Amino acid sequence: MNTIATTVSSPEVSQPPVLRITPPGRWWVIPLGELWSYRELIYFFVWRDIKVRYKQTAIGAAWAVLQPLLTMLIFSLFFGRLAHIPSEGLPYPIFYYSALLPWMYFAAALQNSTTAIVENQRLVTKVYFPRLALPLASVLSGLVDFGISFLMFIVLMIYYRIHWGWAMLMVPVFLLLAVLLALGVGLWLSALNAIYRDVRYVVPFLVQFWLFASPVAYPSSLVPAKWRWFYGLNPMAGVIEGFRWSLAGRGTPPGQLIGIAAIVVLAILLSGVAYFQKMETTIADVV
Amino acid sequence: MSDAVIHVEGLGKRYRVGERERYLALRDVITRAFTSPLRRGPKRSPEMLWALKDVSFEVAQGEVVGLIGRNGAGKTTLLKLLSRITRPTIGFAEIRGRVGSLLEVGTGFHPELTGRENIYLSGAILGMSKNEINRKFDAIVSFAEVERFLDTPLKHYSTGMQMRLAFAVAAHLEPEILLVDEVLAVGDLEFQKKCLGKMQEVSKSGRTIVFVSHQMNQIRRLCERVLWIDAGQIHESGPTGQIAAKYESASLQPVDSSAGDGRCFLRWSICGHDNVLRDGLRDVTLHFHVHLKEPVTQGHFGVAVLTDSSAVLVGWGFDNLNINAGENEITLRVPALPLRPGAYSLTCSIYDKGNNLTGGVLVEQWYALPSLIVDTPPLSHPQDRWAGVLNLPAELKIQDT
Repeated sequence: MNTIATTVSSPEVSQPPVLRITPPGRWWVIPLGELWSYRELIYFFVWRDIKVRYKQTAIGAAWAVLQPLLTMLIFSLFFGRLAHIPSEGLPYPIFYYSALLPWMYFAAALQNSTTAIVENQRLVTKVYFPRLALPLASVLSGLVDFGISFLMFIVLMIYYRIHWGWAMLMVPVFLLLAVLLALGVGLWLSALNAIYRDVRYVVPFLVQFWLFASPVAYPSSLVPAKWRWFYGLNPMAGVIEGFRWSLAGRGTPPGQLIGIAAIVVLAILLSGVAYFQKMETTIADVV
Repeated sequence: MSDAVIHVEGLGKRYRVGERERYLALRDVITRAFTSPLRRGPKRSPEMLWALKDVSFEVAQGEVVGLIGRNGAGKTTLLKLLSRITRPTIGFAEIRGRVGSLLEVGTGFHPELTGRENIYLSGAILGMSKNEINRKFDAIVSFAEVERFLDTPLKHYSTGMQMRLAFAVAAHLEPEILLVDEVLAVGDLEFQKKCLGKMQEVSKSGRTIVFVSHQMNQIRRLCERVLWIDAGQIHESGPTGQIAAKYESASLQPVDSSAGDGRCFLRWSICGHDNVLRDGLRDVTLHFHVHLKEPVTQGHFGVAVLTDSSAVLVGWGFDNLNINAGENEITLRVPALPLRPGAYSLTCSIYDKGNNLTGGVLVEQWYALPSLIVDTPPLSHPQDRWAGVLNLPAELKIQDT
């Protein structure tokens, strides 16, 4: 008749957690906890994508610098010099490069994440890991290229004597918006591509169209004021104007555009996760 | 609460088969959306196939369980469900402990990366943390014997080296539960010997293993218990010797039961009990019960043990026999019958007034049923390829001279 409260039994070796395997249930839940526990694997996927990409090209990391540089030169020449598109008082290279920085990242992230599942189909059918890790890794691996191109931009800024302002601290915020958008769209595309294999051929056209719908080659001030909000539904408009403003210090902060962008990005991301998770339950059977 | 580390209840997996192509194209879906209103006729619902149906079993901590069955029976599907690669349609499974799945050798390898890089990549994919891989790196490299080629891209490795490396990584996985799918069937002899040795080490360390294989020798060596899966369901389960023997005998081709002028062979048994031989290294007696309508004079009795490809392993023939009419028991005593464990066909015949060559009359040729099952511990070479037909022990001694 022991009145002291005791534990039910002698302290046993802690039981490993029970894993329950059941038919697919709530697919709309974002598996943040699971992704965190697989963070090392996600790191390895990113590391693998970057290593393979650089081993396969002859010029390797130089491509991360050359691509935006060459594009910037072509834009400066044709849109700037020849077509005389206004650049809000900035030198053309700065005007275009500051927009190309987030844009090239976004375009590459879309291309890579579309084929993320299908390219890894052997893995997906043989090992378990949260499949979300694959498009996530594609989206993250582009950040390394972004970093290298950014260094090039610093060089340009020094050359053109662009004033470094406090606004530059906002760059990570705009970058985050771009990353989340890339992830949201990437999830949609990778899920769709796993089911309809020809989606990947549509993506270059999508990217092309998106390029012209975004203020990369022209300033968004060209868009008439009453259409500005509609234009702002393209989150990249907010992102690119944000980059231009914070890096080149010209114009007003694009508050309205960013506000709309944030809402649209959230919607795309949440719906992307939901669709991806729904597709994930059947992916190993289809791939 | 049982100490089952794997508890499966009513697990089922259904696939859609039929007219739907494996890969869809958006283009086709869109055109079909336009043309289908024009199509007449009842809408064909897709055909469903149950790859697994109502599977329930338990595996206790430290058990080594074999999964056997024909190709397409559902063994790999079961492993995929337990590995969470695909989700069940109904039912559930509960797993206690970290699971490592070896469904394929070389999962995650990329040909452009070096051996060193691939070890990290493959290890991470299989579930090892970076620290773990660091710790085991040297052991993995020496197991695979690729020290000199660590910094060469994998595409320059021979197939053998790639497989050794792949298995080396997988072999150093230390999950509480290991699910292995026929990965030991690939590779050359050296490789297979290493794999088998490592598997035995793993099983002795108290890990729970579920092992799929078609090589019955390996199943007998590693597994205490076996689940026989057939057409998506558990056909039988029980101790390895028994179930493996039943499985092998079911795989034998059925032959014509008897030829001759009447049922004279009634039944047979070995060592007086049933059709299972449990010790092949000492006296073995075969009993045949016959019922003769007429006496046999100067006749012949022959017995042969056949493999599943109908090759004669051993046979005996006796001439100049006289047997009375009515029921008789013919006993054959053999000092040993050291056959490799498995299922064999037994055939016997009685001729009257001679044998098949000297113009005797065939009384009956009988393919004995049930088949002879040899359920003895395997004593010969651990690899099926070199184990051969005989099952004899050998003692090895090495001496410095």
